[in-house]
Amino acid sequence: MINTKDKTFRAGAGITLFMLALILLGALWTPYDPNAMNAAEKMASPGLRHLFGTDNFGRDIFSRVLQGTGATFFIALCSVSLGLLAGLLIGGLTGYYGGWADEVLMRLNDSVTAFPSLLLALVLIAVFHSGKYNIILALGVIFIPTFARIVRMEVAQQKALDYVANAKLMGVKDMRILFVHIMPNILPVLLSTVAIGFNNAVLAEASMSYLGLGVQPPDPSLGRMLSEAQTYLLRAPWYALSVGLAIVLLVLGFGLLSEGLGGDGRA
Amino acid sequence: MRFFLKKTGVLLATLLLVSLFAFLAFEIIPGDPTTMLLGSDYTPERAAALRESMGLDRNVFVRFFDWVAAFVRGDMGASYSYAMPVREVLRGKIAVTAVLSLMSWVLVVAVSVPLGIALVRYQHKPFGLVGNSLNQVLMAIPSFFLGILLTYLFGLVLKLFTPGRFVPLRESVAGSLGYLFFPALAISLPKIAKTARLLRASILTEMKRDYVLTAYSHGNSRWMVIKNHVVRNALLPVITYLAMSLADIVASSIIVEQVFVVPGLGRLLVASISNRDYPVALCIVVMIASVVVVMNYLADMLTQAIDPRVHLS
Repeated sequence: MINTKDKTFRAGAGITLFMLALILLGALWTPYDPNAMNAAEKMASPGLRHLFGTDNFGRDIFSRVLQGTGATFFIALCSVSLGLLAGLLIGGLTGYYGGWADEVLMRLNDSVTAFPSLLLALVLIAVFHSGKYNIILALGVIFIPTFARIVRMEVAQQKALDYVANAKLMGVKDMRILFVHIMPNILPVLLSTVAIGFNNAVLAEASMSYLGLGVQPPDPSLGRMLSEAQTYLLRAPWYALSVGLAIVLLVLGFGLLSEGLGGDGRA
Repeated sequence: MRFFLKKTGVLLATLLLVSLFAFLAFEIIPGDPTTMLLGSDYTPERAAALRESMGLDRNVFVRFFDWVAAFVRGDMGASYSYAMPVREVLRGKIAVTAVLSLMSWVLVVAVSVPLGIALVRYQHKPFGLVGNSLNQVLMAIPSFFLGILLTYLFGLVLKLFTPGRFVPLRESVAGSLGYLFFPALAISLPKIAKTARLLRASILTEMKRDYVLTAYSHGNSRWMVIKNHVVRNALLPVITYLAMSLADIVASSIIVEQVFVVPGLGRLLVASISNRDYPVALCIVVMIASVVVVMNYLADMLTQAIDPRVHLS
C-alpha cells in the first residue's frame, strides 16, 4: 500500500497540500478584489502592500494568482474526473470481459496515446472551440485512453486471482465482482495515475490557455495570465514569475506525489 | 525481413487512418466554411454554388481520398484566410520548425547521456545529489514558462538576443541558428532532465545483473564496470525513448514558437485554429502526426537492429 514514510511522497504531499490550502484560501478570501483596477498603483513591485506586486491595471497579482490557481485546479479536477470515470468504465469492462471489443479498443488506445496530448488537444479545441467548459471536455476525452489502459491492465491481472474465482463460485454477480471486489484492490495504482493525471491536466490547461485557445476572458486561468504577463516582462517581471511559480508548484507537487505513490511518472 | 514488411505495412495503414481521423475531425466542426468565405456577400444561392465548386457537396470519403491523393502530389488545397494555396502559406515555415526541433533533439542527446552516466558515477557525491533534485524541479517547469524565463534572462537582461526579432533562415543562417538556440534550450532542458533520469534509473537497474558481479570479480572498479559493461546495455531503452521523443519535441515547439515569436509551423497552427482556417490546420496536424508515427516506426526498427534479442511481433 502507500508508503507514507517515502521522501518523494512526503515532498509531493507537502507541496500539494500547501497549494490546496492556497486554493481554499483563494476561494474564501483574497487580500484585494482580483479584478479591482487601481490607476495609482500600476506595476508596483512586490512588497508588503502587494505581496506579488501589481499588474498593468494596478490589480493585485497575489489575489489574481490565488484565483487563477483555483480556476486551473478546477479545470484539472473536472477533466481528470471525466477521464477517470470513463476510463474506469471502459477499462474495467474490457479488462474483465476481454474479447474482440477489448482487442479493438486497446489497439485504438495505443495509437491515440502515441500522439502528443497537446496536438490532440489542439484538434479537439478546433472542433469544440475554446472556452472553459470545452477545454474541460477536450482534456477529459484526451485522458480517457490513459486511464482505460491502466485500469484494464490491472483488472485483467486481478481477474486471474483466486479471490475472483471464489467470488464467482459463491454466485456473486459480475458487476459486483468488478466494482466492489476488484476496484479497491487496484486503488494504489489508480491513485498514482490520478496524480499524474492532475500533473498533465494543469500543464495542458496552462498551455492551451497560454496559446489563447483555452479559457477565454473574463474567466481566470494561470495560462492566460502568463501570456498577459509576458507582454510586461521588462517592466514587471514579478508578474510572470509569480504566475509561473504557481504552475510549477502545482505540477511539481502532483508529479512527486505520483512518483511517491509508486507510479513511474510517465503514464 | 518479414518483420520489416509487416511493420511498414502497419506504418502506411496508420498514416492513412490518422489522416482520416484528422480529416473527419475537421469535417464535423459545426458551421459551413462557405458562410465565412462569402462573409457579407452570403446568399443561399451563392453558398450552394461555392459548395459545388469546392466539391463540398460530395461524399466525405470521396473527398478524403481526393485530399490524400492531392496531398501526396504536394497539392494541399487553398487556405481560407490567406488568399493563396496552403503550400504557399507553409513555405519556409516547415524548415524553421524542422531546424528548431532537430536542434533541440541534438541538445537532448548530447547532454542527457553524459549527464545520466555522471549522475550514477557521482551518485552519493554532492554533484549526484544536487543534480538529481535539480532534475526533478526542471522536469516540472513547463517549456513555455522556461521560455519566458530564458527570454527575460538572455533577451532582456543579458541582451544576447532580441526577443521577437527572428532572423529568417534566408537572411542569415548563423543569425537564425543563434536566435533558435534559446527556444531550443527551452524545449530541451525539461527533456534533458527526463532522459538523464531515465538513463540513471536504467543503469541502476542494470547494475543488479549477474554479469556486473562477474565484472567486479575480475577486479574492475565501479566506474570501469559502468563505463565498459553497463552503459551499453542500459542505453537500449533510452535510445528508443530518444527516437520517440523527437515527436514530443515537435509538439513542444508548437508552444515554444509562440513564446519566442518564431514563425514556424506551430505558430501557424495556433493562428489557423484561432482563425478557423481549417485547410491549413488540417495539413499541419497531418504533418506533425506523420512525424510521430514515422518516428515510432523508426524507434521500433532501431531497437530491433541494435538488440537482436528483442523480438517485436
